[in-house]
Amino acid sequence: MEVTIPTENDGTSWNGGNNKPLGTSYGKMMMWFFILSDALTFSGFLGAYGLMRFKFHDSWPIADEVFTHFPFLHGVHAPMYYVAIMTFILIFSSVTMVLAVDAGHQMNKKKVTFYMLLTIVGGAIFLGSQAWEWKNFINGTYGAVELNDGKIIQFVDATGEQITLESFVKSKHSGRTQLTKNKGVWFMKESEIPPFTLNEVVESFKANPEVSIRTEQINPDTKTKTIVPHNQALAYLNEAKTVVMGANLQVNEYGKTLFANFFFFITGFHGFHVLSGVIINTIVFFNVIVGTYERRGHYEMVEKVGLYWHFVDLVWVFVFTFFYLI
Amino acid sequence: MTHAQEHKSHTKLIWKVFIILSVITIAEVFLGIIKPDVLYLTKFLGTSPLNIIFLILTLVKAYYITWFFMHMADEKKSLRRAVVWTAVFLIIYLATLLLIEGSYINDVLGPLTKWNY
Repeated sequence: MEVTIPTENDGTSWNGGNNKPLGTSYGKMMMWFFILSDALTFSGFLGAYGLMRFKFHDSWPIADEVFTHFPFLHGVHAPMYYVAIMTFILIFSSVTMVLAVDAGHQMNKKKVTFYMLLTIVGGAIFLGSQAWEWKNFINGTYGAVELNDGKIIQFVDATGEQITLESFVKSKHSGRTQLTKNKGVWFMKESEIPPFTLNEVVESFKANPEVSIRTEQINPDTKTKTIVPHNQALAYLNEAKTVVMGANLQVNEYGKTLFANFFFFITGFHGFHVLSGVIINTIVFFNVIVGTYERRGHYEMVEKVGLYWHFVDLVWVFVFTFFYLI
Repeated sequence: MTHAQEHKSHTKLIWKVFIILSVITIAEVFLGIIKPDVLYLTKFLGTSPLNIIFLILTLVKAYYITWFFMHMADEKKSLRRAVVWTAVFLIIYLATLLLIEGSYINDVLGPLTKWNY
C-alpha cells in the first residue's frame, strides 16, 4: 500500500503540493468537503423544519393555499406552477454549468465563456423569481384575523372557498391617512395602517351571513382546514386580537408564524447561496475571458465553481420537495 | 496539449441526465397539483404514499445531480465514500431523531390544543 508523505512544494503555492491522497487536487477535494459540511448545515435547518412540522402536523399551513401566484395572472389560483418554473431554471443553469465544465476539459475557451454566461443569467433569473415569491408571501393574499392565543382565523364563502377581507369588509374610513415622508415635517413616517380595523371586520362578518370562518386545524380525513359555521363563528371572533395582512417574522396570515420563519430562513439561506454562486461565477467568467485559465493550462477553477453551483441546485431540489410538495 | 485529447465530450450524457431530471420534476409537479385521493388521503409508512413518492423521486434527482453533474461517478472510491457516506448516515441519524421527537411532542401537545371557543 502506498503511504502519502508530504513532499516539499515550492512555497509559493497553496495547492498542497503534488500529493493527491484522494485522487483529486487539493482545491477540488476541499470544495467537496466544504459541500459536505454545507449539506449538513442545510440538513440541520430542514431537520428543524421537519421537527416543527411533525409537532404541528394537524395545523400546519397547506403549501397549495399559500403559494398560488403566477406572473400576469392576477387572482388566478395557480399553485406550484411558478415554483416549478423556478426549479427548471435552476436545473437548466446546472446543465449549462456542466456543459461549461465539459468545454473546459476540451480547452474550448469560446464555449466555456458562452455556457458560463448562460449559467449566470439563469442564476440571476432564479434570484429575481425568488424575490417575487417573497414579495407575494410578505404582502399576502386574503388577510386573516389573529386570536389572543396566536391562532389564525381565515374567512370562507358559502362554498368553503377562502375569500379576501376586501370582498366582504366595509371600511368606515377613520379619516386618518398614513403619514408618509412627503407629508411629514422632517423624515417622519409610520408603518402602514391596516386597511381594516378589527371592529370593521367583525361588524361586516355579522352583516354577511353567507361568510363563515375556518381554523388552522386540519381534518385528517380530507386534509382540509376545518370550517366553522357562521352561527358558531362569533365565539371565535370575540377572541380576536388583530387583523393580519401578509406574513412576516411576527405574524402570518396563512397560519403558523413558524412556517413563515422557516420559509424566510431556509429559502433565504439558499438564496444567499445562489447569490454568492452568481458572484463567484461572474468572477470566473471574467477570468475565462481574460484567459487566466488558458494560460494556466487547465480549467479546473470552472470545475470547482461548478461543484458549488450544482450543490446549490441540489439543495433547491430538497427545499422544493419539503416546502412545496410534501 | 495532450490533456485535451484525454477527455471525450460528455455532452450526450449531460442532455440525457437533463431530460431525466425534467421528466421527474414534471411528474412531481403533476402529482402535486392533482393530488390523487388514493395516494394523498391514505396512509403508508406513517405518512401518505404521495409523500413517499416525492421523497424517492427527490433522492433519485439528488443521485443524478451528484453522480453526473458533479461527476462523483468519476471520483475515486475513497473520496466518494468520504463525502457521500458521511452525509447519508449523519443526515439519516439526525432526521430520525428529530422526526421521532416531533411526533412525540405532537402526541403530548395535540390533545391540549384548544380548537373550540
